[in-house]
Amino acid sequence: MDLAIQDTTSLKAVQLSCVRSDIELFRDLSFELLPGQLVQIEGANGCGKTSLLRILCGLSRAAEGEVMWRSREIEHCRPEYYAEMAYVGHNNGLKANLTCEENLKVSALHNHLKAAHDIEQALEKMGLEELIDEFAGKLSAGQQRRLALARLLLTDAPLWILDEPFTALDLASRELMENIFDQHCQAGGMIILTTHHQMTIPHTEVKLLKIQS
Amino acid sequence: MINTSTHALKTLLWRDFTLAARNKSEWMNPLLFFIFAAVLFPLGIGPDTVILKQIAPGIIWVVALLAALLSLDTLFRADYEDGSLEQLTLSPYSFSSLILGKIAVHWLLTGLPLILLSPLLATFFHLDAAATLILMQTLLLGTPVLSLIGAIGSALTVGLKRGSMLISLLVLPLYVPVLIFGANAVSASTAGLDISGHLMLIGSLLVLAITLAPLATAAALRASIG
Repeated sequence: MDLAIQDTTSLKAVQLSCVRSDIELFRDLSFELLPGQLVQIEGANGCGKTSLLRILCGLSRAAEGEVMWRSREIEHCRPEYYAEMAYVGHNNGLKANLTCEENLKVSALHNHLKAAHDIEQALEKMGLEELIDEFAGKLSAGQQRRLALARLLLTDAPLWILDEPFTALDLASRELMENIFDQHCQAGGMIILTTHHQMTIPHTEVKLLKIQS
Repeated sequence: MINTSTHALKTLLWRDFTLAARNKSEWMNPLLFFIFAAVLFPLGIGPDTVILKQIAPGIIWVVALLAALLSLDTLFRADYEDGSLEQLTLSPYSFSSLILGKIAVHWLLTGLPLILLSPLLATFFHLDAAATLILMQTLLLGTPVLSLIGAIGSALTVGLKRGSMLISLLVLPLYVPVLIFGANAVSASTAGLDISGHLMLIGSLLVLAITLAPLATAAALRASIG
């Protein structure tokens, strides 16, 4: 995978604060994510991890502060930012009435056209090749999660924002994902994710970002 | 970029048509309602051709409007609930044109069939061929306006648990001009009056809705998600 990495590539959060239902979840949160880095957000349940990720995606707004991609505010460069960012949220974003293959075809909405064999390869890598024509609604929770994560193999976005990627995954799939994360970071990609699992990633240092209210 | 964004739009249209083909009840329901409700009127009122002819345009238009309203709740609901709407807003391509694509699919599945079925219903009301043709013209111009305005209401209420009540309150007042000019055009033409004014007014509403509704819908969806 060729990632378009330049010196200026970075995701920067500047003094973010987040308020949900009149409760302040965090304030003055600043950090920078550089190529090759993997950041794991840590914090208790309900401390605002998902909220932070949604703010980084531009899905919701921070009460204060800003998110910068390549030194520009993301609200001012949405198309450029979204061409280089892939997000897998709590919700898998799969259509129950589409097959695995069709679900991945829909990801062309986010990325450049990918050939059919790329989709097959991605499904094979995630161990779903037998289920290529199965409806996504018929898959188990873990298989659905793997299908959602297979989208990452079809994008050339350098920045991955992942909300609890390991939910419902078995041990083998978790190791597989850790390897995929490793390769992505080694190729100069960057990942920010939330998880309660202890990750073991061979070549990439996992930086911890603690959210304290 | 242009090629890839048309590809994105095509993919979205393909997706929505595939889903519609696999889940027919969603768009068949409003259609069946349209047919049944319109057919019940002649049965209830009796075979008086003069009265039926007089009330036909109004009734067909009101029923079409209610059928459109009935179909609105499902427009963004499924996408919102399974998270694909979230992914759609994160697409690098123009969100409002993707939304316009979704609205177009909605109209093709709910508006266009109404127009094709209207001659059948017109015979129940003893409308002559000329009046039926005018009715179809007004529906052709008017039903896209219903889908476009309805999409704004649907987008504003998609985050709410019981949004369908609110949709009616939000959208019905905006439907009124379309209803008045649409239904009146047919009566005016049977009275021998010139109806180009009616058609132009609905047409201008359509132009206004096509230009502004996708932008408003896109903004409303972003707000609903955030």
